Amino acid sequence: MQRSIGVRALALIAGLVVVAGTSAGCLGKSSTSNSVTSKNADAKEFTLTIAANAISGGKNATGADWVTNWVIPQFVAAQKAKGRTATVKFQPSGAADEDYKSKIALDLRSGSGADIYALDGIWVGEFADAGYIKPLDDLVGADKVSAWDGWAQVPQSVQANMSYNGKRYGVPNGTDGRVLYFNKKLFAQAGLPADWQPKSWDDILAAGQSLKSLPGVTPIQLNAGTAMGEATTMQGALPLLVGTGQQIWANGKWQGNTQAMRDVLTLYQKIYKGGLGDPVLQEDAKGRDESFQEFAAGKIGILLESDYFWRSVVEPTKGIAKMADRNQVVGWAKIPAMKPKGGIRGQDFVSMSGGAGNVINPATKYPQQAWELLQFMNSKDATIARLGGAAQITQRQDVNSQVLAGDPMLTFISQQVLPLTAFRPGFAVYPQVSQALQQATLDVVSGKSPADAAAAYQQTVAGLVGGTDKVASG
Amino acid sequence: MVPAQPAVTAPPATLAEPAPASARQPAVAATPQSVGVDTSTPTDVAGLGRLRAVGFIAPALVLIGVFLVFPALWTLYIGATNFRLTGVAARTPDFVGLDNYRRALSDPSFYRSLWLTLLFVFGSAVIGQNGLGFVFAWGLRGARRWVRRTAESLVLLAWILPSSVVAFLWIALLERDDGTLNELLGRAPGVPWLVRYPMLGIIVFNIWRGTAFSMMLYSAALSAVPPSHLETARLAGSSTAQTLRDVVLPHIRRYALSNTLLITLWTFNDFSPFLLTAGGPNHGSETTPVYIYNTAIVGGQMGYSGAISLLVLLINLLLALVYLRAARTSRRLSGG
Repeated sequence: MQRSIGVRALALIAGLVVVAGTSAGCLGKSSTSNSVTSKNADAKEFTLTIAANAISGGKNATGADWVTNWVIPQFVAAQKAKGRTATVKFQPSGAADEDYKSKIALDLRSGSGADIYALDGIWVGEFADAGYIKPLDDLVGADKVSAWDGWAQVPQSVQANMSYNGKRYGVPNGTDGRVLYFNKKLFAQAGLPADWQPKSWDDILAAGQSLKSLPGVTPIQLNAGTAMGEATTMQGALPLLVGTGQQIWANGKWQGNTQAMRDVLTLYQKIYKGGLGDPVLQEDAKGRDESFQEFAAGKIGILLESDYFWRSVVEPTKGIAKMADRNQVVGWAKIPAMKPKGGIRGQDFVSMSGGAGNVINPATKYPQQAWELLQFMNSKDATIARLGGAAQITQRQDVNSQVLAGDPMLTFISQQVLPLTAFRPGFAVYPQVSQALQQATLDVVSGKSPADAAAAYQQTVAGLVGGTDKVASG
Repeated sequence: MVPAQPAVTAPPATLAEPAPASARQPAVAATPQSVGVDTSTPTDVAGLGRLRAVGFIAPALVLIGVFLVFPALWTLYIGATNFRLTGVAARTPDFVGLDNYRRALSDPSFYRSLWLTLLFVFGSAVIGQNGLGFVFAWGLRGARRWVRRTAESLVLLAWILPSSVVAFLWIALLERDDGTLNELLGRAPGVPWLVRYPMLGIIVFNIWRGTAFSMMLYSAALSAVPPSHLETARLAGSSTAQTLRDVVLPHIRRYALSNTLLITLWTFNDFSPFLLTAGGPNHGSETTPVYIYNTAIVGGQMGYSGAISLLVLLINLLLALVYLRAARTSRRLSGG
């Protein structure tokens, strides 16, 4: 009897392990497998896969269609002309950015996956530190990289988005800027001007108060909470923070429990505890998508977003929350500093910018061909084709000068917003600080006082960045 | 699901419909059962000899070793490092000893997740699935064959559909805007059910989802109650409550125990609540498995979540030992 129990207990232990063992991976893996830049350089036949968080008919549909309908056939044809047989596949995703990031981190870690990955610029540091991606120079050879004529068209600030410690890890595909979008129809009903331009946070709150009188309308959507991930940081906390005159990281210190941070969280409190915003959306697992749908349905008055919103969300034909009357109904305004002259560098208005790009998987079997494809994807023709007639701030100056003039919104971004903008610090630890920031906004939305939320945030950040001496407070 | 498997040895072979249970079990899982039986037999009935007996079960043991024991040890190792999904600590993790465990034991989020798991297990499994499963089994006992089959099929359907499909249906049901439930209730600004009542939401969901197993098990168990006993009780004029307590319960006690342990372990480790709420809002439905996932995959803290996983493993083990002990006592009581 005793033995039977023993064996059974052992079997149970073994069984139970399965559940607990799910997070097991492979530790300390050094991907030294690929140091030969000339590997398969002369292959007459090769296969490459491009992966991006884009899917036809869904998220970033334009980008997905561009790869499938333009890049792949054109590249295959160009290779055929050189006597090579190329097979290029597209691996789509339509997931939340954070999920996509986890997925490709695991792909790259296991030394498999696609050959070219679309990557948000802000992930480059942590992926590089982990050894998941490598400098282009190491992968394909410095001479080959610098030989590309396209670099001359990409401004340094945009190249920096896909660089880390002064090395290029990928080719950027553009940059963006953030503004306040508003619904002109609702503004007219609330007696607000169609050329609205707030000069302070109080102006935003005042407009919110006017919109509050409209039935069924949520006056302001300012992203908060962890469910929206980086969208909370970039379209919420950080544009506000630069509006108080502070950067999240400056002079060797991260913002902790400072007056600026408490001011930011107080604005959140005024919006979400003052009935000007919808706290439920911030806590819902699909809140960001729902906020887009609500804006498109005319249920949200003001919404802080990047030009992505204009290009891919409320875009009349391919957006994920189409607005047939976008051009007439959607207005935009610069994000004001807390008070006039109160922003970073003493600015009246502020913004934040980021940018994504494409990197080569160090485990690729065909590094030279992958680099060739990457150059092809970033050629002038390909970049123009990617826009599909729409305007976007691309990585290439020669393209921008052609396409931006056709779109008032993108012209506004490039002429009025980009000169004011700020970038996130490219440290590997940044995404964790960003998560702490998201949690702080969530704390306020779900009832904590700004002071308590800021104190909790400070404690988390100090743990992340290695001590209170690296955190500004007071 | 796998972990609880060996406990299946408890329900005797009278189980009328073992098929549904096997649907959740990989073939490997049959081994522990036979091991248990072999070793409890005092003499070598099969005449295999120790060596050949070992050879017989070796392939299965290898599978268990590769897929179960090795990952467990690996988790133990990861839990002792500062391994992360990205960053420097992904390339060269440092050994940090018991730091992760110390941190876990003083981490309010971990305790909160345990508490929510307890609520989830108690509400949805111990009370919900157990109770509803028994009610179904008891209620359908005397029903016409086709009524019984239809009802059972419907309950089973909830169980065999893939989690992702079911989760999608439930989100559509509980959605604030245009959700089915809000439409039925005619609520103009709908109630965001999963945001306002996240725990209740996943508990009801899991009852709906998992009742089938308890129902099947209890209908098998009830068929083991001798009809003559029920008849005698009826003639003696005992009420339904009295019959259940004095006639039915003694017969199905061991089934109930097995069932409770199985569904407790399954529910304890169940990840499907994540598909409904992703642990939100503000960690309001972040049960331990979801907490581990959020820590490991979303937060990237592999080492720390490895440590929590091991703690969860110990808790599972504890539950299993409690069960084994109870099973032994109950066997002694029933003379088995």
